[in-house]
Formats: sequence, structure tokens, C-alpha cells
Amino acid sequence: MELNAKIPEGPLPEKWDRHRFELKLVSPANKRKFDIIVVGTGLAGGSASAALAELGYNVKTFCIQDSPRRAHSIAAQGGINAAKNYTNEGDSIWRLFYDTIKGGDFRSREGNVYRLAQISNAIIDQCVAQGVPFAREYGGLLANRSFGGAQVSRTFYARGQTGQQLLLGAYSAMMRQVAAGRVRLFPRREMLDLVVIDGRARGIVTRNLLTGAMETHSAHAVVLATGGYGNVYFLSTNAMSSNVTAAYRCYKRGACFANPCFTQIHPTCIPVHGTYQSKLTLMSESLRNDGRVWVPVKAGDKRRPEEIPEAERDYYLERRYPSFGNLVPRDVASRAAKAQCDAGKGVGETGLAVYLDFRDAIRRDGRAVIEKKYGNLFQMYEKITGEDPYKTPMMIYPAVHYTMGGLWVDYNLMSTLDGLFVLGEANFSDHGANRLGASALMQGLADGYFIIPYTIGGYFAGTPLETVDGTHPAFGEAIESSRKRIDTLLAVDGRRTVDDFHRELGRIMWDYCGMSRNNEGLEKAKGMIRALRAEFRENVRVPGENETFNQSLERAGRVADFLEFAELMVTDALARQESCGGHFNEAYQTPDHEALRDDAHFCHVAAWEYQGEDREPVLHKEPLVFENVTLAQRSYK
Amino acid sequence: MKKSIHVTLKVWRQASGGDKGRFETYPLKDISTDMSFLEMLDVLNEALTHSGKEPIAFDHDCREGICGMCGAVVNGRPHGPEKGTTLCQLHMRHFSDGDVLVIEPWRSRAFPVIKDLVVDRGALDQIIIAGGYISVNTGSAPEANSIPVPQGAADKAMDAAACIGCGACVAACPNGSAMLFAAAKVSHLALLPQGRPEAARRAIRMVEKMDGLGFGNCSNITECEAECPKEISIAHIARLNREFFRAQLASDEK
Ligand code: FES
Repeated sequence: MELNAKIPEGPLPEKWDRHRFELKLVSPANKRKFDIIVVGTGLAGGSASAALAELGYNVKTFCIQDSPRRAHSIAAQGGINAAKNYTNEGDSIWRLFYDTIKGGDFRSREGNVYRLAQISNAIIDQCVAQGVPFAREYGGLLANRSFGGAQVSRTFYARGQTGQQLLLGAYSAMMRQVAAGRVRLFPRREMLDLVVIDGRARGIVTRNLLTGAMETHSAHAVVLATGGYGNVYFLSTNAMSSNVTAAYRCYKRGACFANPCFTQIHPTCIPVHGTYQSKLTLMSESLRNDGRVWVPVKAGDKRRPEEIPEAERDYYLERRYPSFGNLVPRDVASRAAKAQCDAGKGVGETGLAVYLDFRDAIRRDGRAVIEKKYGNLFQMYEKITGEDPYKTPMMIYPAVHYTMGGLWVDYNLMSTLDGLFVLGEANFSDHGANRLGASALMQGLADGYFIIPYTIGGYFAGTPLETVDGTHPAFGEAIESSRKRIDTLLAVDGRRTVDDFHRELGRIMWDYCGMSRNNEGLEKAKGMIRALRAEFRENVRVPGENETFNQSLERAGRVADFLEFAELMVTDALARQESCGGHFNEAYQTPDHEALRDDAHFCHVAAWEYQGEDREPVLHKEPLVFENVTLAQRSYK
Repeated sequence: MKKSIHVTLKVWRQASGGDKGRFETYPLKDISTDMSFLEMLDVLNEALTHSGKEPIAFDHDCREGICGMCGAVVNGRPHGPEKGTTLCQLHMRHFSDGDVLVIEPWRSRAFPVIKDLVVDRGALDQIIIAGGYISVNTGSAPEANSIPVPQGAADKAMDAAACIGCGACVAACPNGSAMLFAAAKVSHLALLPQGRPEAARRAIRMVEKMDGLGFGNCSNITECEAECPKEISIAHIARLNREFFRAQLASDEK
């Protein structure tokens, strides 16, 4: 297979314009002849459903929750980037592009990232017009704040609930199209398979989570916007139902999976506190605008933070990275926290935490100012931990948060399977080996509002598509194999619960394929995952039956896929013998313990092609070509 | 503070919408007070699974108080006893050793029970479909800063927009009214200049839709405000009423 990213020719700033001109159009009257399936209703899926329906396409939209408004984008706290330069600090499309490429440690495509930066401004315009209540200055104009990896304030925000407000914007735009009859909604549905006919994606199989009924849906194209796979680690900041199943099914049907080992460990999360814990909670990166990160200078110092005098505190980020200070990118901040804890300087009961301290900011600006900026986050922290962060420093520790890897897509956001488009976190395209804060929301909405509406038209106009419906044998085969998987799970009747397996898988991944990796550990993990998978197939207990609302069965299907997918992550991590961004192989580091890339051998996207059960997948490499930026060792000093 | 407690749960079990349903009692030992309420239910569900019984069905997703998916009535109060807290953010440190916790689904005509603690809240989406948006097609928006919004108005709009659509207001209301939910959306959009052109039509359509979905009337009991996990104020109901009556009197939208 030859990977063709289809990056348009020409100078970087003109590529997208030129491409939009060259894409063939579907006439307004013909659009209603095309059916599009959108799976997922987060920022990417919600905005795509709205925008495609506005154009006149027939859209069928699916979500796993009871309402499309609950997709996990809703939990994004901090903000969304755009190159508006309202603050007059010298921001520009070029600077946003450059920061994002560099933040991703030069493992993303110039063309895609530049387009993202170009579109960023239109997103803000669109959201404001929809009624998203962004923060304002006294004069009524939009306010901005800073995020990691940038030296300008370009982040737009709605208190600590930016994701919620942007999602409700996309949701309401989509609901307007439901009212207009252009979008049909299918809530509480889980996609279990992709239907491929003549090499093209032509439909999906879903399970109705209320009744267990297997349903088929046909269309001219399938748009997958099903988010990331961070829950492979069991504990993550992802919502409980976030999973890899839809994407993994597409992989098994022939779509390549790119850079699965690129995962983001977010530095500011509430530390783990017990074995019964079900998920981790993020504390927005925006807190690093005013909070100072520190640990005691002396290892094993057990005093209360208030009792530790200034001279005995190590503000290690400010010390090591004077120009970015507490606002270094996420991967750098996370590894630094781990290093302090590994050196015995971690704080709290478990020693797996560092302080994030607002004392100085409160002294400087007053409590009222801090409360206005972060009030809801402080409240959330207090609810979970029972401690008051206005009085005592927060304790934070890194946690799995986002996955940069995803299904491989070309510049049109189409996967290696024709007619299967992948948007948002589910694709791999824009964040390289590390995503900058406030860029996920930007990418989800760029893909949905402003890219897919054009590129899908180009596909329809240039592709002869026969009529197919659910009676095609490919649908029958897909239903059959989905049902078989479910029957097999229910038939095992073993002794361990699904969560028990999931927790153990998470441990393996966190220990060996987490913040810091080495070849020996990865090899070991591979064996452990295989053994665990084998045991799962013989010893899992899934109560109940298929024909009811059965949450254990839902989880069992997802964990079964995680148990296969985890091995792909490890395989990818082993193949990439360098360190870059969130992928840190201990054998490759600079003398100051920063990630050391190997551009001569690994300046590529690793796209994996499925070869069948128990066979090694085949690696395809898409070389990354940099014509506009110079590859440099990232430095935030 | 005691680090672990014993509690007794009385949980509503109902196999499906057609089933009659009943309470089952489950004693739970050694519950860490750092656990969240849902984690406590996880622990019980693991035990039920091991003993060959069906675990309790309950809706949840983000577990950080923002998606609005979780919710149950605990000892008569939607989302439990803590003010301004969703069920997923409620922690066991707020309970005492020996407590008996009665856990039921949202009870409301507009929210039929699906199974155990899970209800169908699709009616809330229907209210939004009726008009909870600003009609702006993608690509047609003016430059963002060409619409200044006074900071106070933006703040108030945000207060209303914080609604997570969990349905606790409906469950709390003796009449089963969705007025606070609808008002939060109408108010959020009516407070912003972008939302003014459609304000009248929006208020009328959403209120009419609500009436047709089996929700009760609002008679100012204010339980909704007391139980709202996002502490949305009933001042928004007053604003919805103003918008609605103004629309009825003055506009051609009817
Ligand atoms: S689970 Fe999302 S609000 Fe409780």
C-alpha cells in the first residue's frame, strides 16, 4: 500500500485555498441525494453533522450517550486557541502554526497544521455568533489567556467550561438541523462494525444499547468522530464510555492506524488515591498561568507545605525552564514531575504528587481575582479531595488525557479506506507527538465545521457510488460477526469481572508504555498483554444477556478491543527507536533528560495495517517533509 | 475523620419499563470515605457480579460533574444531600457510619424508567430541538469582536449556560416541570445580542413544546433551584416568563 497524504502543491499559505478551488463541487440540488453517517457527537461529530446538514446532505448521527450533548468534549476545561492577535503581542497564523508544529516535536504535517491555524479565527467567529458565552473584558470585547507551549495569550475561554460551551454550541446547531429534518439522531447506539463494499465504506453496524438489537445503516460515506483511546490505561481523564472500539473495527476492516503510541500524559491532574478509583480528574492547564509548581528541596520532607520555608522549596519548572517557566508543554511538565517523584521528593500520602501553589498569585491579585478566573476548578478540587486550595497548595500528578495517535487520514481527512473520513481526536493528523493545550477544541471544530464540508463534496463528485442498502450481503456478514463476538463474551462465564481485567491492563500500559518507556519493558508488556488477553477469553464473567440494557456487556466489548489494541500501541512504541514528544524511550535522551529525536530515521508517520488475527501488522511509513520550518531540538529554556 | 464506614443501601431495582420494580437492600462494609458515590456503586456492582447477580444499572459518563449523565434520588434528594453537587461528585465523606441510603431513579411522568436507576430524558432534547439555538449557518458569522457583549451580560449568560441538562430540576419539582431547564437556555441566549432577533420565537416555541411533552406547570415552588447541581437561579424563570409574555403581546410569532 502506498500512503498518499495528498498535500496540495504550492506555498504553505496558499495550499488550502488552492485545494478548495480544485475540489470538485456537488451542486446544491444534488446534495440531498447523498446520505452521510456521522458517528460521535463531540465537537468534531456535532459540528460536522450541523455543517453537512446545512449544506443539504442527509445526515444520520449516532452517539453512545442518551443525548448528543454529553459527548466527552464537554469536559474540556481551559480553552480554544486562535490566531486573532487581539492582545497585540505579535501573534499570527504563522506563529500558531509554528508553536503547534514545534509543540508536537516535529512529528506532524506542515500542510495540515498550517490549515488548522488558518481556520482557527473563523471558529471563534462562528462560536460567538452561535451564542457561546466566552469571557469578555470590561469593554465587551473577547478576553484571552495563556496556555502551555506559547508565549502569547491566544486562548479564548468560557470560565473553566470552554469545552462544554463549545459543545453546546455545536449541539444546538445540530439540533436546529434535526428540527429542519436534515439530521436524524440515534442516541444510545454503539458502533460495532464498519461495512466495506468494493473497497469503500458504505455503512455501519450498531447495537441499540437499550434493546441489544443489531442495526445496520447504509450511506454514501461514513464520518468517524469517536474520540481517543486513553481509557486503554483504565485510569485516565476520559469519560467512562470513551473507547477505541469504533476506530479499532475500522482498523480491522482495513483503515491504517497511525502513531498509536503517541499518548498525552497531562501534568495537572488530581493524584490517584485508592484502588477502587474509577477515573482521574484533570485540573485545567490554565491554572499554570498563576499557580507555581514546586516540591521540597529535601527528599522525604514530610512537613505540611505551609511549614516549608521559601528557601527549602524547589520551583523546578521555573528553575529549569526560565523562559517558559510553569508554562512548558505538557509532555515536558509531566516528565519533570515524574522525575521529582522518582527522586523521592514527591508529596502527599503516596509520594506521587507535586504542589501547584496559588499563594503568591492570591497575595498579588487578591482572592477575588483568582476566584473569578478559576473558581469552579478550585471548587471541583475541594469536592474531590476535601482540601481548600485557597489555603493549601493543590496536589497534582500526571494522568493520561489525550491520544495524538489515531486512524491515518490524508489532507482530506479520508482514511486509507475510501469513503471513511475520520475527524477530531479519532484521527492522528495535527498534533504530532504532543498536543498543545487548547488545541484539541480547535482541531475538532476545524475538522467538523470547516474541512469535512468541502472535502466530502470532492469525494462524492469524483467517485461513482452505486446504490447499496442493508440487504447487501456485506451487512449480513458484519451483523453476524458482531453477534458472534457478543455471544462469545456472554458464554465464557468465568470468574473475573470486566473491570478487573481492564484495571490490570491499565497497570501494564501505565508501567511499561506510559510516561517513560524502554525496550525491555515494552517487550515484557507485549507478553503480559497477550497472556491477559488469553485469560480474558477464558475467564471473564459478563452477567446478563444481549437483549437488555446491559452495561457490563457494553464494557466487556470495549475491553476486549482494548486488549488487542494495547498490543498495537506497544508494537508501535518498539518500532519508534527515538524519543519525541509524549513518546519517551529512556535510551534516547539529551544530557538534560529531554526527548531526543532521531530525524534521520524516524521523521515519519507510522501507519499500521491489520493483517489478521495473531499476525503482526505491517508498518507503512509516510515521510514528513519540512519545507518551511527547520527541525530543531525543542527548547523551552 | 473516620476513613471508612459501613452503610446500608436500599436501591430501586426494575428490570425494564414494563416491570413493577421494588427496593432491594444491600449492606456495604468498609467504604472508604474518599470514594465517590458512584465508585461505591461500582464496588457493590463488582460484588453482585461475583455472586452471579445482575449489577445495578445507572447512567454516568464524565464523572466530573459536567456531562449531566448521572443522577439518582438519594434519601429523597436529587443528586443527594450536598448542595451544588452532581451524584458523581458526591463523596462518601459526607455520610456517616451506619447510614441508610435510599436510592431511586428520577421520578417524573416525562422521564420513563428504562432500568433500575436509568431513565429516558429524551424530552429535554426535544425542548432544545424546538428552538434552543441561534440560527446561524456555518461560515456566515461576522468577525467575533464586531459584536461587543457587556461583561455583565456575558457573565449572566454563562451562569445560565452552565446547565448540564441532567434533569434534577424536573425530578425535584412536585409538578414535574422543566421550567428551569428551558429558562436556562432561553435566558442564556436572550441575554446576548446575538440571541435577541429570535428571542420571542424561541421562548414561545420552547414553552409550547414543553407543555406537550408531559412536563407539569411551574407554580414557583423553587425546589428546582435548591437541587440544581449547577445552582442555576430561578431568576432565569422570571426572564423566560418576561420573554414569553412580551412575545405573546408584541410579536407576530405565535
Ligand atoms: S457523570 Fe457526568 S455529570 Fe455525573
